[in-house]
Amino acid sequence: MTLLSVLGVLSSAIFSGTSLLYTTLGEIIDQRSGIVNLGLEGVMLVSASSGFAVTAITDNPYLGVLVSILAGALMNMILGFLVISRRANQLASGLALMFFGFGLSAWIGRSYVGAKINGLPRISLPGLSNLPVLYSSLFNFDLLIYLVIPAAILVWWLLFHTRWGLGLRAVGENADTAYASGRNPLRIRYQALFVGGLLVGLGAAHLSIAYTMNWTEYMTAGRGFIAVALVIFSKWNPLRAIVGALLFSGAVAFQLLLQSSGIQISPFLLDTIPYILTILVLIAWGGTPKHSAPASLGRVYQGTE
Amino acid sequence: MTQSPDARNRSSFIAEKLMHFLVRYGLMIVIAFLFFGLILLISGEDPIQSYRDIFTSTLGSSYGFSEVVVAMSPMLLTALAVALPSRLGLINVGVEGQLYMGACFSTWGALAFSNSPSWILLPLMIVLGMIGGALWAFIPGYLRALGLVNETITTLLLNSVAPMIVSFFVFGFWHSPMDTNKTPNFSPSARLPKFFDTRIDLSLVIGLALLVLFWFLMRYTRWGLEMRAIGGNPLAARRNGIPVKTYLIAVMCIGGAIAGLAGMTQVSGYYGVLLVNFSRGIGYMGFLISWLAGGSPLGILLTSFVISIIFSGGNLLQLTRDLPYAVINVLLAFTLFVVLARPSFLINRKEA
Repeated sequence: MTLLSVLGVLSSAIFSGTSLLYTTLGEIIDQRSGIVNLGLEGVMLVSASSGFAVTAITDNPYLGVLVSILAGALMNMILGFLVISRRANQLASGLALMFFGFGLSAWIGRSYVGAKINGLPRISLPGLSNLPVLYSSLFNFDLLIYLVIPAAILVWWLLFHTRWGLGLRAVGENADTAYASGRNPLRIRYQALFVGGLLVGLGAAHLSIAYTMNWTEYMTAGRGFIAVALVIFSKWNPLRAIVGALLFSGAVAFQLLLQSSGIQISPFLLDTIPYILTILVLIAWGGTPKHSAPASLGRVYQGTE
Repeated sequence: MTQSPDARNRSSFIAEKLMHFLVRYGLMIVIAFLFFGLILLISGEDPIQSYRDIFTSTLGSSYGFSEVVVAMSPMLLTALAVALPSRLGLINVGVEGQLYMGACFSTWGALAFSNSPSWILLPLMIVLGMIGGALWAFIPGYLRALGLVNETITTLLLNSVAPMIVSFFVFGFWHSPMDTNKTPNFSPSARLPKFFDTRIDLSLVIGLALLVLFWFLMRYTRWGLEMRAIGGNPLAARRNGIPVKTYLIAVMCIGGAIAGLAGMTQVSGYYGVLLVNFSRGIGYMGFLISWLAGGSPLGILLTSFVISIIFSGGNLLQLTRDLPYAVINVLLAFTLFVVLARPSFLINRKEA
């Protein structure tokens, strides 16, 4: 096994981990405000397809990213209308949103299957330019990759060090108490879903416009559900989510490494490791209320009238 | 013999309730069809003609109707797999995974004993499928009964694991010489019998029978009473000497077994092979159906039927309208959105 193959694996782990981390950050914000978004898979698909379509039409990847982000936020607004304004069941609404995303993305992307686009331009790190091209080309990342760790820190700061974040977490813990202390749970939850949708849109944009640079139906292949698992794994904390995303995509990278070194382990079994790890972590936390989820996660806020 | 006035009142009450139900949902579906009509218009199709085609192709011919029933059969089972645990207040989002495990286990039976006659092999596959689904549901049920982890999270996580286990076996051991992503075709003795030259198979009968059994169990047996007691107030149920933990684990496993059975009927009846990633959401659909139907057996039957009409109509969109099959999910989702957005109609029903 050469250094080159190790670096190559690392580089691909960073690429696949980026969209996962953005998506996870979005879901953390949703869930911190008390809303489980099970429709993540659908939101990502719609964002990815619309961003890809716009990039293909305008040949401007940045415009594509922008459209992706907005599409993510709009999809989350549908969920918001159902679960916040109409007080519908969150799990059922999320699954309905998922099916909506399956259909809508297939419709949006139907003329763009197999289309070629110019993806997000790669920007090389200044320090690496004197390395051999073979090596430095592995670490030519696009803008969204450079921004993902700062984004996680920003979300952490927003949630834990601003009044807005305090209000958001208060609503997630107990909407009635938050209301009694002068906050508007409905508005805060809409805001949380909007911001969360923007981030999910970024993740989807990175997937279709920067990483794979193509569109196929169901291209997210379960990433939405991995993100839901990651949120739990990272205990609803954006900084832990960085570690979690690295670990999850690291498992994928590890698998590629094993394959390249000729060790025969089924990739499918390795793919299950993140989920099993999450369940084990949950069992280990079991009974310690300190680590548990936002207290009113999944509950419908009935209002005060 | 004359009917007692009480019974007559009762039957007219049921008829009125059914009428009310039909009108209410009919209206909602009309709204959803209007929304989807917009999508069709934008794609340059004639919505009225498309809808006419969807209905004549599904309900207008006996073949079309049989295809609707074919689509409906597994949904009866997956919805029941959610509805039964929901009576205890258990939220089983894991039907998708349990379905895959059921399919996986019964496929093992079909491949290992392919020379056995049908009357041995089919019951064996059914039992294996049920064991597979039950095992997959045992983990969340057990963890929930111990009070360690909420079953919503574990069932959801296990959903992602099960298809990978299927892929592991199919790609690694079971695949046919031609395709790596599916097993060889099952031997005829491993296929569920079909009725009247259609693709309707025994799973319809199984699904309907289990729905009736579910209704009877909940209404007329001690088990049903105790389950409703636990669903209403677990603490009070425990104080009254009902073994709550045993119930939680057992009912979760039975739910899983029904989901596994759905997986078995899919591979043995519908496909005749085990295909990697064959489901694409039948399990999640079961959750939605059970939730929409409020867990009632009749509601499950009606809701599955309506959803199956939409799904089979999707084939038509793909064949004649040049739209991807998946687009039919939009019509389905619009229907769900409209129903979800009106919870005041559905008040006083148990969730999921």
